[in-house]
Amino acid sequence: MWTYFHKLASPPHFYALSAKLIPWLAALGVILVAYGTFAGLFLAPPDYQQGDAFRIIYVHVPAAYLSMMAYMIMAVSAGIGLIWRMKLAHAVAAGAAPLGAWFTFLALITGSIWGRPMWGTWWEWGDPRLTSELIMLFLYFGYMALRSAIDDTARADRASAVLALVGAVNVPIIHFSVEWWSSLHQGATLVRADGPAIQSAMLYPLLAMIFGFTFLFGALLLQRVRTEVLYRERRARWVRSLLLPAEGSA
Amino acid sequence: MSGQQAELPDLWQGLAAIVRRDLLLAWRRPGDVLNPLFFFAMVSTLFPLATGPSQEQLQLNGPGVLWVAALLAALLSLNSLFLSDYEDGSLDQLMLSAQPLPLLAFGKSFSHWLVGGLPLVLVSPLLALTFQLPARTVGVMMLTLTFGTISLSLLGSIGAALTVGLNRGTALLSLLILPLAMPVLIFGARTVALAATDDAVAAGVYFLAAYCMLALALAPFATAAALKISNE
Amino acid sequence: MDIMAMGEYGAYVWSSFTLTLIVLIVCTLQAKHRHEKTVKNLRTRLRAMESEE
Repeated sequence: MWTYFHKLASPPHFYALSAKLIPWLAALGVILVAYGTFAGLFLAPPDYQQGDAFRIIYVHVPAAYLSMMAYMIMAVSAGIGLIWRMKLAHAVAAGAAPLGAWFTFLALITGSIWGRPMWGTWWEWGDPRLTSELIMLFLYFGYMALRSAIDDTARADRASAVLALVGAVNVPIIHFSVEWWSSLHQGATLVRADGPAIQSAMLYPLLAMIFGFTFLFGALLLQRVRTEVLYRERRARWVRSLLLPAEGSA
Repeated sequence: MSGQQAELPDLWQGLAAIVRRDLLLAWRRPGDVLNPLFFFAMVSTLFPLATGPSQEQLQLNGPGVLWVAALLAALLSLNSLFLSDYEDGSLDQLMLSAQPLPLLAFGKSFSHWLVGGLPLVLVSPLLALTFQLPARTVGVMMLTLTFGTISLSLLGSIGAALTVGLNRGTALLSLLILPLAMPVLIFGARTVALAATDDAVAAGVYFLAAYCMLALALAPFATAAALKISNE
Repeated sequence: MDIMAMGEYGAYVWSSFTLTLIVLIVCTLQAKHRHEKTVKNLRTRLRAMESEE
């Protein structure tokens, strides 16, 4: 079994395998998101407290969940790359960062839009999750800024890996501190879409959206990592024979 | 004298050596200590100038403003933490030394705190006066600032090690460190505000102390790793 | 039309979903474009290296 993983970590095998995986992940993702959107918008009953505004949950929660999962993926693969010096792991971290930033941005915007009818303001500092998401967006920016500031790929990989790991340790601390901070502020109401308990008619579309988004994220990530791998391995023979198949080898 | 094997200097000696060296360098360049202090004072002055002299507002915003100013002042002096050593080659020497690199990294962080953090703590009561903060808050403020500035020196060393020698390193360093420093800021400033209204401050102080301990335990290793990465 | 209105929250709900769709499309296009650009650039570079040999 370990040979399978070793094979997987080899760039040309990854490159070939991901090409086969991406269409499946994308198709599954699209189907689930399509169902989730339709059911969430039209089939699920309006919420007891929030009416139809709660439907934003169907895009906000998947985006928020993925923003955090992307950070975990980024930190774990950066750690793997740093400790075991796996080139592919560094490529995964590099690919996950911009995607994570996009989903964080989406979570923030949908959270803000959702907040407007619920809280009356476009931004509520008292909501701990919104504020933590904002700080996480800054963490992503810092990571990407560090990567682009360092020219040498190896140094950029390893420096940003240290940063990602330090950030990962801090993420739970940030969440905790923001929660404490907002609990001091009396009267901050947390947005909860479920009243007493979330009904299945509301839950299934949400699950579909979460899984669907995850599959789409997977497809997007694999695509980005493929591109990274191709560029990083540009001097390797397998890249040469892949890109210039017709011409004979030198 | 002693046996055939040369004795390696013990850890305390190594630590003391690096701290003494940095303090000596700071002594020769008083600006290293004074600039962040002046920055601290000036930024603290900017807010009242901008928002008006109303006493209520000053008392309300005082803790937050002082903390932000301290944070920025500490950041200011971080950029040059490793820069001069990098430029004249002594960083390479430090990395080759027999002393463990995390110990030396801790030494650098500690001397940075002595030069760029402790003075802020000592000056803060004066600035607290200008914000009309009640006397009981000054003690809490100094305590929280102590834990906070130590944490910042430790955390900031990681950032400084990652960005040493890069173009536009200062702005990048701030971008990297500020999100990580937000829990410290939150607990520091809010605890002082709680002290001002006579509420319980124990939770905040404990948190800051815990965070400081965590940073003491982990940051030197991260800084050492970052130094090795930046200097290959 | 009732469906479009979404109670009185139509603007909020529809803008959120539209924005999500846009972000997903942008991510997809960005990933594809980057890949194609990389392939093209590497091909050009490799051809140049081959012709030098």
